[in-house]
Amino acid sequence: MEADVLLNAQNLLVRRPGAEVLRDVHLTVQRAEVHALLGLNGSVKTSLALTLMGISGYEPERGRIFFDGQDITPLSVTERARLGLTLAWQEPARFEGLPVADYLALGMKEPTRARIEEALMAVALSPAAYLGREVSSALSGGERKRIELAAIYAMRPRLAVLDEPDSGIDVLCLEDIMALIRRMADEGAAVLLITHRDEMAEVADSASLMCGGAIINTGTPAEVREYFAHRCRPHGDLLGSQPWGEDAGGTYQRVVSEGVCDE
Amino acid sequence: MSSHAPLSPQSSLLQQRDPAWAREFEAMLKAYEEAGGKPDILRAPKIASAVIHANRVLSVNQIEGITIEADELEHGIHARINVAPGTKVDYPVHLCFGMIAEEGLQEITSEFEIGGGAEVGFLAHCTFPNAVELQHVMDARVHVGPGATMRYNESHYHGPRGGIEVLPTTHAQVDEGGRLETEFNLVHGRVGRLKIEFEVDVAAKGVAELVAKTYGSDDDEICVNEVVRLNGKGARGLTKTRAAVRDRATSEVYTTAEGNAPDAVGHMDCTEIVRGEATARNVPVVVVRHDRARVTHEAAIGSVSKKELETLMARGLDEDEAVDIIIRGMLK
Repeated sequence: MEADVLLNAQNLLVRRPGAEVLRDVHLTVQRAEVHALLGLNGSVKTSLALTLMGISGYEPERGRIFFDGQDITPLSVTERARLGLTLAWQEPARFEGLPVADYLALGMKEPTRARIEEALMAVALSPAAYLGREVSSALSGGERKRIELAAIYAMRPRLAVLDEPDSGIDVLCLEDIMALIRRMADEGAAVLLITHRDEMAEVADSASLMCGGAIINTGTPAEVREYFAHRCRPHGDLLGSQPWGEDAGGTYQRVVSEGVCDE
Repeated sequence: MSSHAPLSPQSSLLQQRDPAWAREFEAMLKAYEEAGGKPDILRAPKIASAVIHANRVLSVNQIEGITIEADELEHGIHARINVAPGTKVDYPVHLCFGMIAEEGLQEITSEFEIGGGAEVGFLAHCTFPNAVELQHVMDARVHVGPGATMRYNESHYHGPRGGIEVLPTTHAQVDEGGRLETEFNLVHGRVGRLKIEFEVDVAAKGVAELVAKTYGSDDDEICVNEVVRLNGKGARGLTKTRAAVRDRATSEVYTTAEGNAPDAVGHMDCTEIVRGEATARNVPVVVVRHDRARVTHEAAIGSVSKKELETLMARGLDEDEAVDIIIRGMLK
């Protein structure tokens, strides 16, 4: 249903120095749904996340991004965030001198201690132990990752783009992260869950598969997981880890038309 | 020249009946609060303190083991602060310096004598809320006795107009096993012109840690010049400088660490953030005179991290708000 669409990215073309990164990307995310975006390492999922958020250097050369019917393509990161779109980075930034409590409060319209504590507990961190700590290198990568997710949850966005929330997190905590994602959707937020672990898609309502900068499959999580698990294979031999490498133009064609995904 | 050595409770009471004194004292307390201090502490009998306005000693409170003597001079005061050997102080000594006037000169000379084995902290607030053309000169001699620890934290508040020169100079000696930690903060209000000169000699197994945090704007000028001489076996030294400058402000940080003895370890750490047309410079000098000494330095000068900035913008902050939070965090 058109009315249920919250995010609608159409025909996105993004170039980074020397190569196309996103090619004819179409993606829709419905209100209050979890949409999983699967893809192997190097399939340019993060570039799509940065493009959606409006990060500098990822401006589309072609295509439009609509958010709740509004064309947000020309809007700044701040303006997009104020409409309710936000992003959890795969590797969260560090903030010397900024306490966890203040960091979580930053994105909240009406910060309350109760919500901040609830958010920390949702990522299995004790408020007593973490509220006063700094979001700095004193925290481990996994702790910063969970605090990033807590900050996103606390701000009650309309759409949260979560870039590999499962990376750097210990296995025992994955269930907490999946429960948090589901909880966000239950509270009315849409989630674009970017991951290369197909089991994370269990928590999703719909899914897409990305390869070589293009979305090549969209459907139910089960359908996309099936495709991902059985037909995709690592393409490091073709692409290396940087799809915008020297021979990217020709390689992209081979990847998509000749069968990284065994089409 | 009049001397306070110290003000007795009686003389304090006499002074407190003087309306002019009361007005001056209340004005300083208000300025002290604006600078981040808690005025009630300056009235607490169990906390050693001194309040100095221009060249007037408005109050002094001593506690067991700590004596504070102050002589009033034409343009300031000369203070002698002694901490008896072995004294352990629960609450930091609170010092309040400042001038309410828009113009003038305040010269503070001081001697800090920390007896062997003593442990003491100082919280100094220097407040010049109305400065238009004002000079604040400090010249301190610090002696940290063997095995003693001195922590000195100084925060400044200069008001919005930037018409002030702050010129603090410190010569410090840390004896064997002693420890000196200082932190200088000038992150609220305009800096004006700031020139910090600090040199410290550290004996065997002694420690010196010097931290300076400044935030300059408009045409503020910041200059930090610190020298740490690690003269004794196993002496350790750290300089940590955090400076942010924007508009046309300038920041120059010169640090020297000398490893002059075996197992001496020194490190200099400087981060400066530059915005607008501001400029920043860091010149670390490493001197090693013993093959078992080690001195290192690291410096980062540049804009705020793009990723930190965009992370905060993705929370809905605009760019200026995000930059301010990043800088204030760094300077915290």
